[in-house]
Amino acid sequence: MTDELFNAMRQAIVDGDAEQAEALARQSLEQNIDPLAAINQGYVQGIDYVGEQFGAGEMFLPDLMLAAEAMQKALAVLEPEMARRGTQRQVLGKVVIGTVKGDIHEIGKNLVATMLSAGGFQVYDLGVDVPYATFAEKAREVGADIVGVSALLTTTMTGQRSVIEALDEMGLRPRVKVLVGGAPVTRGWATEIGADGYSEDAMGAVALAKKLVGGYHV
Amino acid sequence: MSKKINPIAHPRLSLNILSTEDVRRIHTATLDVIESVGVRFPSHKALDIWEAHGATVDRQTMIVKVPGHVVEDALKKAPPIYTLAACDPSQDLPMDGHHVYLGTDGCGVEVVDLFTGQRRRSCLQDVVEIARVGDYLEEIAFHWVAVSAQDCPPQTRALHELAAIWQNSTKHAQTESIVTEREARAAIEMAAAIAGGKDALRKRPVLSIMQCTTSPLGHDGGSLDAGLVAAEAGVPVGYMTMASCASTAPATLAGNLVVGNAEVISALALMELAYPGAPVYYAAAQTAMDLRTGAYTGGGPEDFLFGAATNVLSDFYNIPLSMGSFATGAKEPNWQAGVENSLSTFMASIVVSDMLLGVGLLHGSRIWSYEQMLMDCEIYSIVHKMLDGITTDDEALALDAIRAVGPGGNFMTQKHTKRHMRELWQQRFMDRRPYNVWEEKRDGARDWARQKAQDILKTHQPDPLDPKLAAELSRIIEAAERVTT
Repeated sequence: MTDELFNAMRQAIVDGDAEQAEALARQSLEQNIDPLAAINQGYVQGIDYVGEQFGAGEMFLPDLMLAAEAMQKALAVLEPEMARRGTQRQVLGKVVIGTVKGDIHEIGKNLVATMLSAGGFQVYDLGVDVPYATFAEKAREVGADIVGVSALLTTTMTGQRSVIEALDEMGLRPRVKVLVGGAPVTRGWATEIGADGYSEDAMGAVALAKKLVGGYHV
Repeated sequence: MSKKINPIAHPRLSLNILSTEDVRRIHTATLDVIESVGVRFPSHKALDIWEAHGATVDRQTMIVKVPGHVVEDALKKAPPIYTLAACDPSQDLPMDGHHVYLGTDGCGVEVVDLFTGQRRRSCLQDVVEIARVGDYLEEIAFHWVAVSAQDCPPQTRALHELAAIWQNSTKHAQTESIVTEREARAAIEMAAAIAGGKDALRKRPVLSIMQCTTSPLGHDGGSLDAGLVAAEAGVPVGYMTMASCASTAPATLAGNLVVGNAEVISALALMELAYPGAPVYYAAAQTAMDLRTGAYTGGGPEDFLFGAATNVLSDFYNIPLSMGSFATGAKEPNWQAGVENSLSTFMASIVVSDMLLGVGLLHGSRIWSYEQMLMDCEIYSIVHKMLDGITTDDEALALDAIRAVGPGGNFMTQKHTKRHMRELWQQRFMDRRPYNVWEEKRDGARDWARQKAQDILKTHQPDPLDPKLAAELSRIIEAAERVTT
């Protein structure tokens, strides 16, 4: 019975069916199933499968995004119950992410945020046009492991350096790692401003984040 | 000495890509989107203009919903024909619907150094040198800012880039790197200095401005304000959609066209509402997302179809088009670059896109390569020749020559041959040598293109800008710098 439910949860993620994932989460609460078990034996199985299929070239980025969204819907239902039970989902690390001041491009940043979240990170998304200091303040507030700074313009890209400087001033470096991304960003630029990593795409960013929080070989 | 420009003119080939009914359906859907979904205009100026013309404006979300007839009426005020002026009037570019003018691509952030072959960050000197090579090439009709002058302060970078182009070429300058009202004002002042005053600039716009939309269904506030400054001065301004199937637009091609069209025509309508009769143009470089990385692909059959379809839309609105072609996703000048840039340029040219962007960049408009620039010009010259089509008058049918030669023999010594052989296309970078010559040298297109670019840089002296004007441009940039610091 429970196995059937877990299987349906897994399938809802694979299908990218957010409504179904949410409904199954509710059903599991009604049946008094441990939310952590539902997550780990149900939904996460689906995420893992989608990840494998993506790696094999059988599924595509929209499949991953839909799966991640379905997962988030389910988690939103299960989280209050986890809090009540005093349990929490193990996360790989905390990431503060945003598009830098003067820049309103958000698609790339959202993609990375969603993928990090699906990949097991707790993500704090500050949105777009984010002042340099805000990245650092939020990182201190939540005890972030990683700060991700996105920029799509050559003129706003310089703000990535300013964010690193803001983190420096608060004494958060080098403990807090910095990832930079965006179309004009290159490995050379990342190195020059002292960022810890750069990726051209979202999957690379997740792999890098896992590497930076340690222990994961990708 | 300024060089002649040789654009594609009056193509004899044609292509049917969208029927009248198809265009009507796309237009109707677009108006539906603008009216019922709305487009985001994050500029108080823009919102005020929309409100004054009967649009529903949400000041919180900055989303504007506009009745279809307001958009249609505004677009009718846009001039169908105007001229992009050059410092040398013999290089003027009439936007008359019969020519395809080629520009450089932009705006890259790295350059493959012409002499060392190393990839490095772009700087002002690169803008200077690319402008000089572009000034020389007859395929290049106008300049974009090909790479970013990253050694200049960000607040006035776009002005330094523009000055560098005007100091190194007499051809028209179109900048895609001005995204604030402040920079736009300074750029207009620079252009007015060159044209000989504000009125002269209105008559002979030596500058045009290109802005990007923010897909889906949005705009950047600075871009809108900068565009309005240009429209007020009578400087042609265009808005470019880069809507990407499955990420910033629906996965279907028609859906992508609707989203991009809504962005572009809403921005152009805004310009016309603010400054009726302002010269504007449609600009587009739609694509499909790469399904594995989410990246903007910059090449592929969808792009090629968009390249041809968009001109049908801009013709429907009777507005010139600046179309993205070339701009391969390839990492170096190779097979992929050749396939993508040839097909995209053919499709955008056969429908007579007025402006074609542009040559020289690799990796989705990020890395400048002089080799690619020269080879892109060769692609353009092939397409140019193809679009001339086949003439069938008596001289072309060549009956006299055929009679003279008869069965057997050859045509090499016929006067007819001497008269017409130079009409045959001549390669610069295609390898048509005997196999053994190639085997000995093992060189090819990239080597010859690189050599040619080096020769141009070493020998070509563009007509210099009047030193007084050059000083005036510097003064305007310095003044702009003081304001920002």
